[in-house]
Amino acid sequence: MTKEEPLVSMKGISIEFPGVKALDNVDLRLFPGEVHALMGENGAGKSTMIKALTGVYKINAGTITVNGQNRIFNGTADAQNAGIATVYQEVNLCTNLSVGENVMLGHEVRGHLGINWRKTHEAAKTYLAQMGLTDLDPHTPLNEISIAMQQLVAIARAMVIDAKVLILDEPTSSLDANEVQDLFQIMRKVRDRGIAILFVSHFLDQVYEIADRMTILRNGKFVEETMVKDMPRDVLITKMIGKNADELSLIGTKSRKETPQAATDRPLASVRGFGRKGSIYPFDMDLFKGKIMGLAGLLGSGRTEIGRLLFGADKPDKGTYTFDGKKISIDSPATALKNRIAYSTENRRDEGIIGDLTVRENIILALQATRGMFRPIPRKEADRIVDKYIKELNVRPADPDRLIKNLSGGNQQKVLLARWLATDPELLILDEPTRGIDIGAKAEIQQTVLDLAAQGMSVVFISSELDEVVRLSDQITVLKDRHKIDLMDNDDTVSQQTIVEDIANTSVSGQSQGKEER
Amino acid sequence: MMKKSASRQTGFRLSPRAIPTVAAVVIFLLMLIMGQVLFGTYIRLGFMSSLFMDHAYLVILAVAMTFPILTGGIDLSVGAIVAITGVVGVKLMIAGVPASLVIVIMIAIGAVFGLLAGVLIEEFNMQPFIATLSTMFLARGIASIISTDSLNMPQNNNFSWIGGEGLKIIDNPKISNDLSLNFGVIVALVVVAVSYVILHKTRTGRTIYAIGGSRSSAELMGLPVKRTQYVIYLTSAVLASIASIVYVAGIGSAKNTMGVGWELDAVAAVVIGGTLITGGYGYVLGSVIGALVRSIIDPLTSDFGVPAEAVTIVVGLMILAFVILQRLVTFVRKE
Repeated sequence: MTKEEPLVSMKGISIEFPGVKALDNVDLRLFPGEVHALMGENGAGKSTMIKALTGVYKINAGTITVNGQNRIFNGTADAQNAGIATVYQEVNLCTNLSVGENVMLGHEVRGHLGINWRKTHEAAKTYLAQMGLTDLDPHTPLNEISIAMQQLVAIARAMVIDAKVLILDEPTSSLDANEVQDLFQIMRKVRDRGIAILFVSHFLDQVYEIADRMTILRNGKFVEETMVKDMPRDVLITKMIGKNADELSLIGTKSRKETPQAATDRPLASVRGFGRKGSIYPFDMDLFKGKIMGLAGLLGSGRTEIGRLLFGADKPDKGTYTFDGKKISIDSPATALKNRIAYSTENRRDEGIIGDLTVRENIILALQATRGMFRPIPRKEADRIVDKYIKELNVRPADPDRLIKNLSGGNQQKVLLARWLATDPELLILDEPTRGIDIGAKAEIQQTVLDLAAQGMSVVFISSELDEVVRLSDQITVLKDRHKIDLMDNDDTVSQQTIVEDIANTSVSGQSQGKEER
Repeated sequence: MMKKSASRQTGFRLSPRAIPTVAAVVIFLLMLIMGQVLFGTYIRLGFMSSLFMDHAYLVILAVAMTFPILTGGIDLSVGAIVAITGVVGVKLMIAGVPASLVIVIMIAIGAVFGLLAGVLIEEFNMQPFIATLSTMFLARGIASIISTDSLNMPQNNNFSWIGGEGLKIIDNPKISNDLSLNFGVIVALVVVAVSYVILHKTRTGRTIYAIGGSRSSAELMGLPVKRTQYVIYLTSAVLASIASIVYVAGIGSAKNTMGVGWELDAVAAVVIGGTLITGGYGYVLGSVIGALVRSIIDPLTSDFGVPAEAVTIVVGLMILAFVILQRLVTFVRKE
């Protein structure tokens, strides 16, 4: 698959923002018929590089050559005209329009009397069929189909504009395993047509599965371009984070053994027959001090729903909740906080951080909420708390007055963690605390979780990455299709494989019918 | 929810988003029937003719307002543009300028204000609400500087026929129950038809809907968002001056205070007609129905003996009802 001439050649790209050099002399070459992975930690400059190629940002130095022609992009339309199409993580389509309209928007088939809708939808149908969406009616409103399908629709749109280069920015972060496979199948198809694909993902497995070539960035600088097959994973990780990743793999295996067995006999929190119609079927769960309860299951299996119920973000309609020996009824996050239960959301950007507030304000937010508005936290006290957590969690840059939206994803997550730790919780529910953040920050957060448990906190750890759940948890609750199907003591017999088999082999259909009839 | 599943079974494909518009049609018909049953004067050719002729200007303004609202924007300047173009127009006629030239100048003035709003919104990144609020005050102020008197059109002008009695299509000899049509109504119908074609049959129209769905998405899709925004505010302002031409020709005079609050009547018509105020969903035909509902409220309330002062309360309640209906529809959708 060697092609001598690159389709896109970016040379010596530099982009400066006030006070920051986001990209410094970076090269990137995209070859036709190849999937090229852009690798790097959060803040390495991947998104900036993509935005340079799509015309969102103007470059301060360097050249962009597409198909042998020098190009200067003054906007996204310029880049599209040069044949560069992008599918963003949050799918940039219009949910108010139909699938077919989205595919053809700006390229509708026109007749003598304006747009010919019948032909437009027919054309959309053929493009959708190329994406394997043969059964999808182009008249369907976009907001009625899944994110995974929306992504395929966005790729179909790229085919309409006859793109030579397709950029996929974190396309798999909200897809489940099957959807990822569907996407990869389409990506291979598109690649084999001679289109150059630029693929960005945090999932190393996926990169190794789909990509042919990779470019590694670190701190806004070019590190290396190489064929994927020539790059062992450990070397890649080392190059991405600039330090050896062995420490990462040691996390858990070592620390878990150190966690005291059965700290108390009485659970800190205990729910019986807890459930909510339409989100999770009734389940029992005991959470102990100093223990980490992992929740494992596929997307939509009810992981997040359990977290939200335990925190009172959703109201349970069945069951009892016992906390610290007392029966409690948690009907809102405020009561949960009073009972020293904290929940860090999976939806960091929308439900977590408040972008226009500073790091300091974001950290003390929840603590202030527990005190009420008439008892402000004294400035000194606030500074002490903020400094403590910035140091302990290694938030970078260590500047409490910086707006949180200007931090990388990993550091935003640390600030969120700090927010909940500042309320001094006894039960901490972490929903996808490591999603979309780089390996270095991931390791730090994992270590923090273990430390917290060692200090006696009870932790519920929710993650879609099974290896993480297996590494950190003392016990693992396995979920499938909104049912709790198993509770495992995480000993040496448990691995990712046993959980996957458990999910695959357990049938919940009979169970669910029985429960619905009640 | 029940209704939804029932309609699925019968295979009837009515988009839930069209429900508010359909509801507006139903309510308009109900109001007509109610008026007819109680007062006996509503479902008559004469009543319908005058309803259209008297409110052609409102239909045009409602169509004008539909464009910005579809993108989630608003044009607050339409009422003031009616005033300034009207005042200038009548002044020119008094000075003896021929009607055809007056019409061109009135439209040009509207276009200038639309262009100004576009520049403020796109080049200075202002909210449409604020940008058109400022052009509204500007237009109203200039109109007041030109004249604060009620200006009457000269006799024997070449202008009044636009809004005049019109031609009688069915001449009913017994009572004054003729089906008649004047040029203003024809203008309104043309405006509606052209707007429908623009919104549903051109790429510009689809870009308007796309901006209403998500402006950033529309930009990332490479659509000409900026140019379209100019088109939108130019269109609404030019349509406002056309509304002014129709209205002034009808009453034969102009004053700097005319058209106060009309922008809000237009918003009311658009909302009643089922266009989502946050943009993305709606139909220009819905706005026409909305304008008719708004128009029929006046005779209906007066026949009911509702004091004129309280009519706005009825309008307010209707808007409230329609917004709640939209909310319900959106809610059902999410479920």
